[in-house]
Amino acid sequence: MVDSRNEQWRVDLRKSHTPKERTAIERVVMPQLDPKYRITCNEEVNEGISEEQAVREATRCLDCANPQCVTGCPVGINIPKFIKNIERGHFADAAAAIKETSSLPAVCGRVCPQEKQCESKCIHVKMKHPAVAIGYLERFAADWQRNHCEQEVPKMAPRNGIKIAVVGSGPSGLSFAGDMAKKGYSVTVFEALHEIGGVLKYGIPEFRLPNAIVDYEIDGLRKMGVDFEKDIIIGKTLTYDDLHEMGFKGVFVGSGAGFPRFMDIPGENLKGVMSSNEYLTRINLMKAGRGGDTPVMQGNTIAVIGGGNTAMDSTRTALRMGAKRVLLVYRRSEAEMPARREEVGHAKEEGVEFFTLHNPIEYIGDDKGFVKAMRVQKMQLGEPDASGRRRPVPIEGAIEEIPVDIVIVAVGVSPNQLVPSSIKGLEVSNRHTIVVNDDTMQSNIADLFAGGDIVRGGATVILAMGDGRKAAQHMHEVLSQK
Amino acid sequence: MNKVVSKEKFSENVTKLVVEAPLIARARRAGHFVIVRSGENGERIPLTIADADPQAGTITLVIQAVGVSTRKLCALEPGDSLTDVVGPLGQATHIEKYGTVLCCGGGVGVAPLLPILRAMKAAGNRVVSVLAGRTKDLIILEDEVRASSDDVIIMTDDGSYGQKGLVTVGVEQVIKREHVDYCVTIGPAVMMKFVALLTKKYNVPTEASLNAIMVDGTGMCGACRVTVGGKTRFVCVEGPEFNAHEVDFDELMMRLKA
Repeated sequence: MVDSRNEQWRVDLRKSHTPKERTAIERVVMPQLDPKYRITCNEEVNEGISEEQAVREATRCLDCANPQCVTGCPVGINIPKFIKNIERGHFADAAAAIKETSSLPAVCGRVCPQEKQCESKCIHVKMKHPAVAIGYLERFAADWQRNHCEQEVPKMAPRNGIKIAVVGSGPSGLSFAGDMAKKGYSVTVFEALHEIGGVLKYGIPEFRLPNAIVDYEIDGLRKMGVDFEKDIIIGKTLTYDDLHEMGFKGVFVGSGAGFPRFMDIPGENLKGVMSSNEYLTRINLMKAGRGGDTPVMQGNTIAVIGGGNTAMDSTRTALRMGAKRVLLVYRRSEAEMPARREEVGHAKEEGVEFFTLHNPIEYIGDDKGFVKAMRVQKMQLGEPDASGRRRPVPIEGAIEEIPVDIVIVAVGVSPNQLVPSSIKGLEVSNRHTIVVNDDTMQSNIADLFAGGDIVRGGATVILAMGDGRKAAQHMHEVLSQK
Repeated sequence: MNKVVSKEKFSENVTKLVVEAPLIARARRAGHFVIVRSGENGERIPLTIADADPQAGTITLVIQAVGVSTRKLCALEPGDSLTDVVGPLGQATHIEKYGTVLCCGGGVGVAPLLPILRAMKAAGNRVVSVLAGRTKDLIILEDEVRASSDDVIIMTDDGSYGQKGLVTVGVEQVIKREHVDYCVTIGPAVMMKFVALLTKKYNVPTEASLNAIMVDGTGMCGACRVTVGGKTRFVCVEGPEFNAHEVDFDELMMRLKA
């Protein structure tokens, strides 16, 4: 990382403003669509920052000698290098610097919880200032490149003719595929669904991550020579043994945690009660209510159960599908919500009603089997539990009945067992995750690596990408030793 | 990819398509299904694989036109392609030598029943088949069923062919006249419910192939969940076949009526 920092332009840039001048600049505010307008459509809420805003924000960065922000990034983006390129107006160079280690910059700039990662380590935070808006700048660089330049293929090693299979086209698989292609491998990604992108397509809605942007980054991988095969389920259409017979020398499993959890309470199988995966898949992937043949139930009052990003996505999607009233029901308080602050803020601005410290205990149906009400137990916070969060405890007798037309259950996902259960001898935990060496992402089967939610349970896009990157590096080491 | 090789109309609303799908044809076993999609805005719908030819690389699908998506599929002609065909999905039927196996199918349920009764016959079972339909035109695949059955009983609601009456009449006849070791039933949920009630009375172990609403078909959404033995199960990954005596058919029927 020292290399680029010592280049003359960076030395000069550092001298152009004093640290005091840099820290005096206020953090950029992301322009966004008006809440009243944005719930009428599916347009991206965050509008992105201008060139001028980007340069000013980049000037806030002190170009630390020992940049801690980089340690907070699971894919190790050279953050000062790209930010300083923005400061000097070399936007394409900024984008190229990100591409060195990240396959999906426009995606990560939008959906990463930067406040918990790179930005949490920014020197400004130590000085009690808001962190440099690394996420906004990453997004700016990726968007600028997409809007102003031909898509370029990054530096690639010579083709080595070794075939590698990737199971699943979500963030971990895409990140792995990009890195292996750069290292010279012939990579084929197998996807079970009819669209490439995993949760980026079926889960995260367009108002947070437009599909066109995901497709652009996937096209970038295609240009690098990565092949994509849709409608193929490894373990069903082709087995792990078939992949061997087809000549694949390494397999990366990034099949995700797509198995929805339910709460196992009375009435959960009533019509109108569905998993967030089902609700979001129907709308995002299948275009229900937006020209697709796939139907989705509509209702005036929609309750979403849970406090994560998926719950926020579901509430905000429900508003855009025309619900008059959307309730977010979460058993802890707002402080414990795992969702990003920004998403919680957006949901509130858009009119989602928060029922924190409430937990559903039963759904009540009408004579045709449609849900018509939910019984919720009011909670209070007790002692901290194993996760360090204060445990929600029911307040005896405090039960309320709330009329609802639709309930969306977003209380988490488990790893989908379909792929791991089809591979003989593969070590799987009792949580159905694939067991891997944390440092190498290698499973107990020497040529099988895994990463993302199939290893972690439900986690984040960027952690999945970090796993893909780590797996690529170690699979490359293993294969080059032979 | 996914090209329609041939087409046959069984009746006004029931169409058979033979579709190119070499990987699926090779991997599929009796009881498996596929998810298909027709058109870029198309819906994903589950269809059981009625037959497959691994040499030719084709699978056979029998489709009853009941809504937008099934009508689109039935309108496909040889040479057209399905946008997506993915599978084989679900758990294959457990095939073993039980002794006498009673296979009862209603309406288009006979199509998915056919590969199961063939496999049961090949495993050395005596196979007795009961085919049921509202009227003569809706009895499908009779010759194919006869070719792999030791005996076939046909039931029609209106008596236009075979015996007059519901499928359960035929099932009870068989159970009363000979020992039945195992029963497989595929058809409308209400039909399977009454077959299950009947075979429970006679203590005949019975497997039903459930037709739940599905979206992805790979276990990621739970749209297809049913209650079996008091527990919520996903039809697409754990099914489609379950012990019929443990299935909550009333809930299944309720969930099918959206």
